[in-house]
Amino acid sequence: MSAAEEAERARTTRNAWALVTPALIVLMAAAIGPLVLVLIYSFLTPGDYGNVVWSFSLEGWQKVVVERDIFDETLHLAQAHLTIFWRSVSLSLVTTLLSFFAGFPTAWFIATRPASQRAFWLFLITLPFWTNLLIRTFAINQIIRNEGLLNTILLKLGIISAPLQMTYTEGALLIGMVYVYLPLMVLPLYAALERFDRRLLEAAYDLYASRWQVLLRVVLPIARPGIVAGSILVFVPCLGAYVTPRILGGGKLMMIGNFIELQFGQGRNWPLGAALSIVLLVIVMAALLIYVRAINGEKRGV
Amino acid sequence: MAKHIISARNLVKAFGTGEFAVRALDTVSLDIRPGEFFTLLGPSGCGKTTLLRLFAGFEMPSAGTILLDGEDVTVLPPNRRPINTVFQSYALFPHLTVAENVGFALKMQGKPRAEIEATVARMLALVRLEAMAGRKITQLSGGQQQRVALARALAPHPKVLLLDEPLSALDLKLRKEMQVELKRLQNETGITFIFVTHDQEEALTMSDRIAVMSAGKLQQVGTPKEIYTHPINRFVAAFIGETNFIEAVGETGGARLKTGDLIPVEGVLHGPVTVAIRPEQLRLVPPETEGAIAATVRDLVYFGTGTHCHMALADGTALTARLQSPASGEIGLALGESVGVLPTPGAAQLLRE
Repeated sequence: MSAAEEAERARTTRNAWALVTPALIVLMAAAIGPLVLVLIYSFLTPGDYGNVVWSFSLEGWQKVVVERDIFDETLHLAQAHLTIFWRSVSLSLVTTLLSFFAGFPTAWFIATRPASQRAFWLFLITLPFWTNLLIRTFAINQIIRNEGLLNTILLKLGIISAPLQMTYTEGALLIGMVYVYLPLMVLPLYAALERFDRRLLEAAYDLYASRWQVLLRVVLPIARPGIVAGSILVFVPCLGAYVTPRILGGGKLMMIGNFIELQFGQGRNWPLGAALSIVLLVIVMAALLIYVRAINGEKRGV
Repeated sequence: MAKHIISARNLVKAFGTGEFAVRALDTVSLDIRPGEFFTLLGPSGCGKTTLLRLFAGFEMPSAGTILLDGEDVTVLPPNRRPINTVFQSYALFPHLTVAENVGFALKMQGKPRAEIEATVARMLALVRLEAMAGRKITQLSGGQQQRVALARALAPHPKVLLLDEPLSALDLKLRKEMQVELKRLQNETGITFIFVTHDQEEALTMSDRIAVMSAGKLQQVGTPKEIYTHPINRFVAAFIGETNFIEAVGETGGARLKTGDLIPVEGVLHGPVTVAIRPEQLRLVPPETEGAIAATVRDLVYFGTGTHCHMALADGTALTARLQSPASGEIGLALGESVGVLPTPGAAQLLRE
């Protein structure tokens, strides 16, 4: 490389850094800063009326999994906390599964429409995003509550004799979360299936595969990146869901998000809230790591 | 084994309904013998691929039946017909290795693992890709992908192998190699090949028999020699090779041209006819030669192995002769020169059209 070329390259690099600096500062201040703050808070002592006292303590982290008996001060597993963790993870997994089973045929349907119609169907999928999440969740509540639309119809049809209790159950949470996150499953699945070469279907049928075998041996493996992406896009926000369990769970069925909010509000235990936030972050990171590995595995294979 | 491995009986395939219906296949009946290399030849849109797709089971005929080895398979789905296809696009599975692609059908059939491995190894050896077994499809060249597609379709040892213009994506040199390769594979496996192409030269060099198709109909079925030397109509004569067409009137002893010359033809056909004669069956002789038709040289086109001599008869009818190149390449003709044209005896065909 000549001196002139080298000078040219140094100058472009300098310019690039100069241009990217403002964005980097915003990112540092808005993302990493608060994160560090949360990490620090998790090691402090809770104040009497919220906030924190600046003295080091592991109490916050301890309380994530164990709690001190009020009377004899012995430590035992915090059953309530573990229930909330378990509920969050299991509901998120089931939501992801249900979204997949509902989303895959939907995405396939859209991907197999003539190219001119696909934009319209995709528009329909994104339509719910146009309304506020809170309002949509209240709308679901209106449908499934005891005096709601669904129960009224079922009663009028004589299928049930007394209203079904659907609100404030895990079922209600599932309905709400699948409804909210389904588009996030459909869109990446669509992107994968739209690229799918449908001549491969004929090739597989021709080579004695049954319809199920075609689906399991050809379509699903090739659509895998889309399946993984959609699952992560549904699973991660489900874990941190706040509005849906707050409204459809009625404060009774908490998920991690509600539990964290509780610590910063009525619970007045900011260090525990901070520690829980970090735990949530770690679970999400682990999920993303699995995703990245799955994608890389695919790339290596191709 | 039945006398015919595959038989089409009055196959009709219509797309669309009512007055907008298009007949992609119009009452096609065809018998293909076991072990034959059979070619469906025709221009694009002639229905040859539709016929192949009916044999494969990807589409159901609007009317008619298909017999495979004497059994009616008309409505059997593709996965239950012992017929495999080599696709024009190859349609190899991108998420599987070469070996997994080749073993796919056997795996779907639930064959034991050892048998699958043995067959895959044998198939890869057959197409000379042993070293590529573990490769991904995307790591292969077009010619190699072609071989994988062949091995994959041959692995379950089908009764019939359908090939849908499999060589069209390859460059000329590779295509010639694969033509030889295909013939070798057919000889070694003894499987009936039904080959679709629009390339008449490919059809002539490879086939045991050819079916020429046009506008959804079968025009002529025969050996390459029959089709080339005795085309049944003007379409076949024009589509296979190059042909001169001369309007004439049939009379006892031959065809009388508008110029008054008589081309002797065996068999009597009275009334208006078309004389079809190949350029290589015309000899140029001195104009005064007995029986020669007078013509004027209009254009000379040299193409290496020979020269096309374009001429006009006295009434303006265009005529082309194909002359062998002498060692020097010079055929010693000049534009505007008067020559005599003498057809090889027996080479002229009379077409009623």
